[in-house]
Amino acid sequence: MAVPVNAIKAKGRKQQTKRSSLSLKRMMANRYLYLMLLPTVLYFLIFEYKPMYGAIIAFKDFNPFAGVAGSPWVGFKNFEKFFESYYFFRLLKNTFLMSFYSLLFIFPASLVFALLLNELRIKKLKSFLQTVSYLPHFISLIVICGMIIDFTKPGGIINSLLLGMGIISEPIQFLILPEWFRTIYVGSGMWQSLGWNSIIYLAALSGINPSLYEAAVVDGAGRWKQLTHITLPGILPTVLILLILNVGTLLNVGWDKIILLYNPGTYVTADVISTFVYRRGVMEADYSFSAAVGLFNSVINFTLLVLANRISRKTTESSLW
Amino acid sequence: MVIKRSIPELIFDSCNVLFLIFCSFLFLYPMWYVLVSSFSDAHAIAAGEISFWPKGFNVDAYKLVFEDQRIWTAYGNTFIYVIAGTFINLVLTTLGAYPLSRRNLEGRSLIMAFIVFTMFFSGGLIPAYLNVRELGMYDTRWALLLPGAVSAFNLIVMRTFFQSIPESLVESAKIDGAHDFRILLRIVLPLSMPVLAVMTLFYAVGHWNSWFSAMIYLQDRDLFPLQLILREILIQSSAQNMLAGVTQDEVFRISESIKFATIIIATVPILMIYPFLQKYFVKGVMIGALKE
Repeated sequence: MAVPVNAIKAKGRKQQTKRSSLSLKRMMANRYLYLMLLPTVLYFLIFEYKPMYGAIIAFKDFNPFAGVAGSPWVGFKNFEKFFESYYFFRLLKNTFLMSFYSLLFIFPASLVFALLLNELRIKKLKSFLQTVSYLPHFISLIVICGMIIDFTKPGGIINSLLLGMGIISEPIQFLILPEWFRTIYVGSGMWQSLGWNSIIYLAALSGINPSLYEAAVVDGAGRWKQLTHITLPGILPTVLILLILNVGTLLNVGWDKIILLYNPGTYVTADVISTFVYRRGVMEADYSFSAAVGLFNSVINFTLLVLANRISRKTTESSLW
Repeated sequence: MVIKRSIPELIFDSCNVLFLIFCSFLFLYPMWYVLVSSFSDAHAIAAGEISFWPKGFNVDAYKLVFEDQRIWTAYGNTFIYVIAGTFINLVLTTLGAYPLSRRNLEGRSLIMAFIVFTMFFSGGLIPAYLNVRELGMYDTRWALLLPGAVSAFNLIVMRTFFQSIPESLVESAKIDGAHDFRILLRIVLPLSMPVLAVMTLFYAVGHWNSWFSAMIYLQDRDLFPLQLILREILIQSSAQNMLAGVTQDEVFRISESIKFATIIIATVPILMIYPFLQKYFVKGVMIGALKE
């Protein structure tokens, strides 16, 4: 579609000059729109920003009766307590490793899956595969964890399979042994999200101009050349954006699956920052301390995201903002 | 364009087809296994005899599950959370997205930044938890309906969709004297069915599958959603409670098939609506991936 770019720019400039004098009048003309926005803005204030304010209890000795404002300040005491605790290093390592392995295995696998699907010439099979690969995304975590527990138990299908193929000679208690936790976490994560993650790549792939491929074929490019010269460059911006987002949430391993699968015996490898916050905060009501741990996590994440975004903008011109 | 395939390409294509068929087997088999087991004889499951077809076909497990009052109460609660929750989600997301899609709204980028910021930074679990308690929503249904009522990501998806509706449509309705609420209801929303379908699916699946907020905010068992009961049966293995008056050995065996039957009962409804909405996914995800 041809768009007269200059015309739009000129219009924009005209509006800019008129803007300041008209703004109040325009706000009045749009009063219903502001009224419409009100409930949503209130939602964000009450359920997103108020907890951000509430996070200052990390610097206080929170007492539910005195409230956030009334509790006495203690400075960085809660943070120091966390940094000095025996758990600090373990939690950081577990959180980082769990995310890092997910990123390392699931991220590229989703891309490869999308590329292979894209090479598939049989339309019917392609749409069937897509449907099937999205399905796990819609199954609840509880059910998935129930399946993991059942499949990995000594008489479960995974053990039967491994025994049958002669890979192991005795059943393995996967969920009781700490050394297996990350493998189970990442492996099941792959099953859950591979297909769903690939949607975005497929969307990006379908956006590539088909005439590029035709031209490449005329020039004698084979499938591999088409992949490296057209397909990959075509979806690179999408890949980078997703990579930034993933790096930005590197310390954001969800508590959900871990809470359902871990037990005190596997804390060594399974306990992460968010599960620790949940145990200390919600279960043991140690509010200020766990708020400090949670805030530490949020700040690190936010910093990572800003850094990843900046690096990406400098080197590749793709960025989130 | 005529597709001519060389020998290496043919080999690649056939390997690709085989590999992807194997992948789809991996995606489907665990679910198939659960389905088959739920219809099988408890002895066969315990002995690990199930591989591809049910053994000793029966529906005993389903009978037991359907006789359990806990399941019915929880099912009812989940329906309440899904319907009321999704309704609140859709209303608030639409009311937020529409004004922000209008280019002449003063301060729109500021409000947008205010919303987007919450995607990247949050106060954390504990302040959010205390907030809900302070608001008096602890142990009420509201704790599952109001926190998380708007997803910033979905709002962006919807706003992007609204922006694709020609401005002239809105302008002309305005000239005809319609005010903004009317325009939204009569003109914009009827044109936005695809995006509404995606949002409904995303939000409804979210409510159907959610359990964490129920776990931390609810004490009253009469308010529990299905997933929490499932957690007791699947994760904490308390299926035994369903079987008063049966021998211990029997209990252990039947509880296995009960697990599978409950999984099916809890999963089938959500998987049934999915094929109808599937065609909208790619569109929804794609819109969300664009940035302004």
